[in-house]
Amino acid sequence: MIESILPFLNQVYRIVFVLIPVLVSVAMIVWFDRRVWGLVQKRRGPNVVGPFGLFQTLADALKYFLKEIIVPASANKIIFILAPIITMTLALIAWAVIPMSENFVLADINVGILYIFAISSLGVYGIIMGGWASNSKYPFLGAIRSAAQMVSYEVSIGIIIINVLLCVGSLNLKDIVLAQTQVWFVLPLFPMFVIFFISALAETNRPPFDLPEAEAELVAGYQTEYSGMMYAMFWLGEYANILLMCALGSILFLGGWLPLFDIAPFNLIPSPIWMVLKILFLFFLFAMIKAIVPRYRYDQLMRLGWKIFLPFSLLYVVLTASFLVYFDLLPKGKI
Amino acid sequence: MITHAIFFYFFSIIAIFSALMVITSRSTINSVFFLILDFISVGCLFIMIGAEFLGMILLIVYVGAVAVLFLFVVMMLNVSDQKQSWFMGKKSTHIPAGLLFSVLIFLELLVVVGGWKYKDNLMSSSTLNLNSEYSNTHEIGNVMYTEYFLYFQISGIILLLSMIGAILLTYSKRENLKRQSYIDQISREKLTAVELKEVPFEKGVKVDD
Repeated sequence: MIESILPFLNQVYRIVFVLIPVLVSVAMIVWFDRRVWGLVQKRRGPNVVGPFGLFQTLADALKYFLKEIIVPASANKIIFILAPIITMTLALIAWAVIPMSENFVLADINVGILYIFAISSLGVYGIIMGGWASNSKYPFLGAIRSAAQMVSYEVSIGIIIINVLLCVGSLNLKDIVLAQTQVWFVLPLFPMFVIFFISALAETNRPPFDLPEAEAELVAGYQTEYSGMMYAMFWLGEYANILLMCALGSILFLGGWLPLFDIAPFNLIPSPIWMVLKILFLFFLFAMIKAIVPRYRYDQLMRLGWKIFLPFSLLYVVLTASFLVYFDLLPKGKI
Repeated sequence: MITHAIFFYFFSIIAIFSALMVITSRSTINSVFFLILDFISVGCLFIMIGAEFLGMILLIVYVGAVAVLFLFVVMMLNVSDQKQSWFMGKKSTHIPAGLLFSVLIFLELLVVVGGWKYKDNLMSSSTLNLNSEYSNTHEIGNVMYTEYFLYFQISGIILLLSMIGAILLTYSKRENLKRQSYIDQISREKLTAVELKEVPFEKGVKVDD
C-alpha cells in the first residue's frame, strides 16, 4: 500500500516544490517592480514593511484576505467566481514544464513549447469571463479589448517561436536550451528577440499595452467589479504570467540555464541561478518599460501587431529557413 | 492500466456531457463555455492516446482562437432574450434541416468507423512508411510535407481564398475619412510645418484643405 502511494506523494512534493517558489517570487517580483518604478520616478517606492520593504506584498496580500468579496447582484455568479480562479490556475500550471536546469524540471514533455503556448492562449478566458460576468460596461469593454489584443499578439509570438524551432529541430524545452550551447539565439535572431519581448508585453497586458485596464478610459477594465481575494488572484495570476513570459524569453533566446561563458568563474555558478538571473534581467526590462514608456492608443497597438510584427516575423521565418537550407545547417541529428 | 481507464472514462464522460450541454443549455453563453470544455476534454483524450501534438494544436487553435471568436460574437449580440427554445416544446423551423445534417454526419461516421473496424489491413495497405521510433510530431511533419504536400498546399490556398473573401465581404470603402499617415507625420520638416500667410482684409484664408 505504502509503495503504491509513494510515487504519488513524491509527485505532490515535487509540485509543491515548484509552486511555492513561484508564488514567493511573484510576491518578491511585485516589490521589485514597484521599487524600480519608484526609483525611475525619483521616489523611494515601498520601503517600510520589513527590510527594504520586502514584505510589502505580503502585507498587501493580508489586507486583501481581510477584505470582503463583493459579487454584484446582476452578475453571472458562477462565471464571475470562476474567472480569477482560471486566471491563476493557468498562470501556475504552465510552470510545470519550465526547466530550471538540465535535471530540475517537473514534467519533461516532448511538446513543451506547444504546451506553454496552449496554456498562455487559454489565459484570455479568465479576462473575458471576468469582464462579461461582471455585467457592467467598463469590464466588458476591457475584456473585449484584451481578447482582441491577446489573440493578435499570440499570432506573432507563434511565428517567432517557429523561428527558434527551425534552429532547434525539437519542441522540447530542454533541447531548445541545449541547442544554444554554441551561441545564444539572441545573437542570430536578435530582431525576433526584440519582437518577442514587445509581444510578451502586449500578451501580459503590461504597460505600454495595458489597454484592458487603461484607468483613464475604463476605470480598471475587467477588474473593476472585483474586490478582496478575487482581485488579488487576478493580480497574482497576472504577475505569474509575466514571470512565465520572462522564463520563456530566457529559454528561447538567452540560453536558459546555460552560463554566459563556459569558463571558470561563470560555470561554477549553479545553473538554476543562471536561469533566475536571466528571468530577473528580463523582468527588469519589463519594469523599466513600465516606468518610461507612455501607453499606446488602441489602433496603434493593433497596427503594430498585425501590420508590422506579423509580416516582419513571417519574413524572418523565410530568411532563417533559407539560410539554414543554403548552408546545410538544418538540425537533423536527434529526433 | 486501471489509472488509464479511470482517466479515459473521466475525460470521455466530461466530453459527452458537455457536448450534450452545448445543445441543451438555456443560455448561449453557457453553450459556448461547454463547447470549450468539450474541446479541452477531447484534447486531453488525444494526449492520452499519445497524440500529444494533435491535442496541443486542438487547444491552441480551437480553444485559444476559434472559441474566443465564438465568445466574442455571442457576447456582442444581446443574447439574454434569445433563449434556445426548441427544447422547451416551442416550434422551430431549424429542426428538419438540423436533423438532415445530423443524419448525414452520422452516416459518414458509420462509414469511417466501419471501414476502420472491419478492414484490418487498412493501416498496412497504406503506402506510408511510418517509423514508430520517431515522435508523432516528426511523423506528421514528415508525411505532411512529402506525401501529402500538394493537399497541404491546396488547403492553404483555400484558407487564403476564404480569408480574402471574408475581408472583401465586410470591407466597405468610406469617403471623407481622415486617416493618420505615419509616413507623413514623421516626414514633417520644420520648414514646411509652419507657414506664414498674408491674410486679405475682411476675407480671411482657408487653412484646412
